Amino acid sequence: MAETLSSATKVWQYRSRNKQLLSWFIWLIGTALFMYCWQRVSESTTWFFVWDAPRIAADIGSRMMPPRWSYINELWGPLWDTLNIATIGTMMAIVMAVPIAFLAARNTSPSTRFIRPLALLIIVSSRSINSLIWSLLLVSIIGPGVVAGIVAISLRSIGFIAKLLYEAIEEIDKNQVEAVTASGANSLQILIYGIVPQILPAFAGISVFRWDINIRESTVLGLVGAGGIGLQLNASLNVLAWPQVTLILILILLAVIFSEWISAKVRHAII
Amino acid sequence: MTDIPTNPPDTEVSGQQTSTFTANWSPPPFIKNPLLRWALLLGLILYLFLSIGSLDVNWQRIYVGLDRGAKFVNGFMNPNFAGRWTDISEGMIESLIMTVTSTAIGIAISIPIGFGAARNLAPLPVYLFCRGIIALSRSFQEIIVAILFVAIFGFGPLAGVLTLSFATIGFLSKLLAEDIESIDKSQAEAVQATGSAWWQWLNYGIQPQVMPRLIGLSLYRLDINFRESAVVGLVGAGGIGATLNTAFDRYEYDTAAAILILIIGIVMLSEYISGYIRAGVQ
Amino acid sequence: MLEIKQLVKKYHTGDLAVNGVDLKVEKGQVMALIGPSGAGKSTLIRCVNRLEKATSGEIWLNGENIVKMRSGKLRRARRNMGMIFQEYALVERLTVMENVLSGRLGYVGFWRSFLRKFPQSDINAAFGLLEKVGLDTMVNKRADELSGGQRQRVGIARALIQKPDILLVDEPTASLDPKTSRQIMRLITELCEENKLAAIINIHDVALAQMYAERIVGLREGSIVYDGPPDDLKPDVLTEIYGKEDWTAVRKRKPKIKKSIEEDSTTEEHLEEMQ
Repeated sequence: MAETLSSATKVWQYRSRNKQLLSWFIWLIGTALFMYCWQRVSESTTWFFVWDAPRIAADIGSRMMPPRWSYINELWGPLWDTLNIATIGTMMAIVMAVPIAFLAARNTSPSTRFIRPLALLIIVSSRSINSLIWSLLLVSIIGPGVVAGIVAISLRSIGFIAKLLYEAIEEIDKNQVEAVTASGANSLQILIYGIVPQILPAFAGISVFRWDINIRESTVLGLVGAGGIGLQLNASLNVLAWPQVTLILILILLAVIFSEWISAKVRHAII
Repeated sequence: MTDIPTNPPDTEVSGQQTSTFTANWSPPPFIKNPLLRWALLLGLILYLFLSIGSLDVNWQRIYVGLDRGAKFVNGFMNPNFAGRWTDISEGMIESLIMTVTSTAIGIAISIPIGFGAARNLAPLPVYLFCRGIIALSRSFQEIIVAILFVAIFGFGPLAGVLTLSFATIGFLSKLLAEDIESIDKSQAEAVQATGSAWWQWLNYGIQPQVMPRLIGLSLYRLDINFRESAVVGLVGAGGIGATLNTAFDRYEYDTAAAILILIIGIVMLSEYISGYIRAGVQ
Repeated sequence: MLEIKQLVKKYHTGDLAVNGVDLKVEKGQVMALIGPSGAGKSTLIRCVNRLEKATSGEIWLNGENIVKMRSGKLRRARRNMGMIFQEYALVERLTVMENVLSGRLGYVGFWRSFLRKFPQSDINAAFGLLEKVGLDTMVNKRADELSGGQRQRVGIARALIQKPDILLVDEPTASLDPKTSRQIMRLITELCEENKLAAIINIHDVALAQMYAERIVGLREGSIVYDGPPDDLKPDVLTEIYGKEDWTAVRKRKPKIKKSIEEDSTTEEHLEEMQ
């Protein structure tokens, strides 16, 4: 590092010259990149609208109040649909994600050369694509409706659950597995007695966590036609019925609070 | 106490003889309270019954749809990059630009809010205020916020940047605050005991402990923001979302597949790079 | 130099940790504080530099009452008190040098400390102290790469670079093996003698206390029950402090420090260890 002994005094530098230069260089590039990006964003923006924004926000705000409470009668069905999309979608995802997680974990994968990369590819593909985009795809293929939403949620959730699960599998205590192996158990028994008990708490936590996130995501899938309360949201926005929009947003907020509460309770009980 | 099986009276417990127990054992149930257990189980079965029953599945439509599905898979095998390359490249670049901008702005705002939301650093009113902002940010899906911002600020990437920055706050500040609340107190105390000022205390006692996690979380958020930037375009907030939507509308599955492959590729690349950076920062 | 008057510390839970303690420490006096766990030793020292807020009482350091000080004055007072912690309390991710220099934070402005541009005199002092504690080859190693004994020595250097009037030492040897414990105690007492520093050393090992301190104060349930030279630490006194036990294993104090280094057979190893 940077210590030079000059006649009487020792000098100390926090970073060597090279590291210091590198650090400055990175900051420079970062700032330049940001300035460039900001400029591009700025070019594509109609600044006139932006300066007008407070007025428009106030206008919309006034139109949104008070919420049209009577509209709630049309929302119970879609709310139930939203709950189902999230729950059934998560359940389907769990069923598919568990085997994929085992195939993707370094210590349980049958083949680290072929099967593991394939499993990892499935995981990345699944999580790279937002559930809304999956919904777009599915609505285009099998038509609008709750089923498209369920499949979209499950396709997205596979990647999330499998990733966290395989990371948990890779972090298990090897001693416990060794002990079970030493008693003469076969692979399946090792799995059930040595590995599964260790990842069960993590698994439950991950599943509930994803269910919670899925409730949020399911509320908006209807914007592209995949069922749930998003359909009502889309319809209301199209006719600019702002009081209805407010009511829907309130319901969504309540749904989110509800699911977070359950999720926190379950994860607390597991630990 | 009554559960312990007792020795049958005619057996001696000595070095030579072994006592014979006859008792049944089964593993303890996951949920101890039997009432709760059965209630949950019945509730689950009832729910599944009701929910699946309420599904209105149009099998006819799905059957027809499988044909289109095959077309999509076909499109995936032969993705068409060339056909609409200008649209695709413009959209992707815009998405990337939005990602960089929103993550940078998001990080800049999240750090002070994260510090303000840490109970061991902030006075109560500041703490409550910052936690309030975080809760607000986390409550709504990005797409809803995007719709609102497009209505207020107009179409274009600015609405998208603002949406993603706002969403970043909820994520980053919350996790940063949690990290700050769980630091090793004694390290910070030692710095305090030397007579340092508050800013010095932050810089020497707190920052070294939370920096690695902060960098890791920021990289993760960069990844999330990129994926989200592909979606907000659906409602006019800029990015590749609009192009994707158009491709689906026109049933141009090969173009759509090309876009999806690009998205997956960029996410994979960013995972690789962030893995390296995170290891280096450890 | 340090005078504690009727110090009381009561926690919210009702626990009375320090119960009306009166204590005077003269300049250059090395004092050991002994007593069972929960006797209030840690709390007492932490009240002196206000890491804990005393419930009532006065603490006079060089003529000023620490208990009533406001933050600016408190910081300046803290500069004069070097604290050495039980679990070393080094900032793990910073290097040895940065940890030692952090002792000067009370004397250096924010920007200088942020950019790590400390004055050359501080850097010289740091190098000098690191050499003294035998860590001059590890200047840029990260703190979490060091062993327990090495970390404690960095902690000592950090406390000393403040050029304090008094050292507050909280169980310096609790996590160390017997040999390293002796090296650390020897180091602390030597440095105190060289720099004419007073010290309050909180220690649970009575034998070490007797060997290295010139005055012993015994604390029991928040009150002082013994205050005198190590030689007078008879078994009945120890019983009063700690409770009934076989005290015959406790060693008697060896005569003055200088002689003990010459007599101590582990000196050769001691010098080698310091390489």
